[in-house]
Amino acid sequence: MNNFLRHSFRFVALIFIQVMVLNHIHIGGYVNPFIYPLFIMLLPFSMPHWLLLFLGFGTGFTLDLFMSTPGLHTAATVLVAFVRPYIVRLASGAPLPESASEPTIAVMGSRWFFSYSISLIIIHHLALFLLESFDPQHLSDSIYRLLLSAPLSEALILMLVYFFQPPRKR
Amino acid sequence: MINLIRFIQKHHVLLLFLLLEIIALNMLFRSNAYHRSAAFTMNSAVSGVFYRMHKSVTDYFYLQQTNEQLAQENAYLRQQLQHNPVLSEKDSLILNDTIFHYIPARVVSNNVQFRNNYIVLNKGYEAGIEKDMGIISPEGVAGIITGVSKNYAIGMSLLHKFAAISVRFKRNGNLANLSWQGGDYRFGIIDHIPTHLVVNKGDTLITSGNSHLFPEGILVGTVEDYIASDDGALNQARIRFTTDFNRLRQVYVIDNKHRSELDSLLMIRVDE
Repeated sequence: MNNFLRHSFRFVALIFIQVMVLNHIHIGGYVNPFIYPLFIMLLPFSMPHWLLLFLGFGTGFTLDLFMSTPGLHTAATVLVAFVRPYIVRLASGAPLPESASEPTIAVMGSRWFFSYSISLIIIHHLALFLLESFDPQHLSDSIYRLLLSAPLSEALILMLVYFFQPPRKR
Repeated sequence: MINLIRFIQKHHVLLLFLLLEIIALNMLFRSNAYHRSAAFTMNSAVSGVFYRMHKSVTDYFYLQQTNEQLAQENAYLRQQLQHNPVLSEKDSLILNDTIFHYIPARVVSNNVQFRNNYIVLNKGYEAGIEKDMGIISPEGVAGIITGVSKNYAIGMSLLHKFAAISVRFKRNGNLANLSWQGGDYRFGIIDHIPTHLVVNKGDTLITSGNSHLFPEGILVGTVEDYIASDDGALNQARIRFTTDFNRLRQVYVIDNKHRSELDSLLMIRVDE
């Protein structure tokens, strides 16, 4: 129950920051950070894959309601939820240790978390920008936006994670 | 049958993923058809309340800018009054005044960073706003209303894949179509300019009045660059919008009182 509350609170907080603050940041009309995929990233390992997908759908849909872009964020976030287990495997390079409960810095280490989060962010942003323009002519434009926005999103995510879930002292 | 169940059991995650993606993409492509779905118009009422909270805070940061803009507009209007003491003698002006009504509204949400950008306004059908009305800012054309709820309206700004408007070169009256290709929100583009047409940097573009959305003569932009095509057939021009979409706050929605009449007239002509 405690876990459930924690994740719900994180969900509300991330959506709030995204809608109220980050959606108003657009430097030069290109750079636009998205941090709400962090909600999907931080869900526990034990969560069944189908539930991940549903939560991804819900998260994206909530964002879409606020941004009046029906389906756009939903599609991108469902994709993130779908590839998450594969990225976890890829980032670990080995089967997860028994003790691993949640994909946080404290449990998995900061290097693991960095490669894990940047992969998901790139997948998310790429899907988002490609679907939004949906035009092969604007491919270079989408890549450009990805290259500008993804590092900013990743930096914000790392800041949040370090602030709220600092790595354990060794 | 058993094989089918086994297949579903084995691939349930993949199937669920595909199903959810299909739902999402379906929503996405439906909404891109020129008019937004009714469901999302309703949602603009929900998120509108949320955005109003945000606006009530951030409005203070822009008070000075807004004041200046309104003062400038006032000055401009006063000047017009002075220069046109004989309004009644000019039929067109009277006509303009009775046909087009301006409904002032405030922008509660607006973006410029996407390929398709939308403006949400704080007035809806209670204030007389309907679908397909034009939106102008004090500086020039801003967009077109695509959906209304009771107290809010949503419109696509000129920064949208489907927002092409008919414009006219003020200098020589030639018609052109202005659209936005994405990227920098300050610049739009005019395609297919015939070679014989001389376009200079700084030429002013105004609305043509052909679309019934906007009255004739509203500022749209100025020519920034003239791009001659390689094969010498049809050239392009880069247009700087007079409206600064990143600072859009106070706008007017244009109600064309004769629109239904004009529309039905066009229908008759099509039926012929």
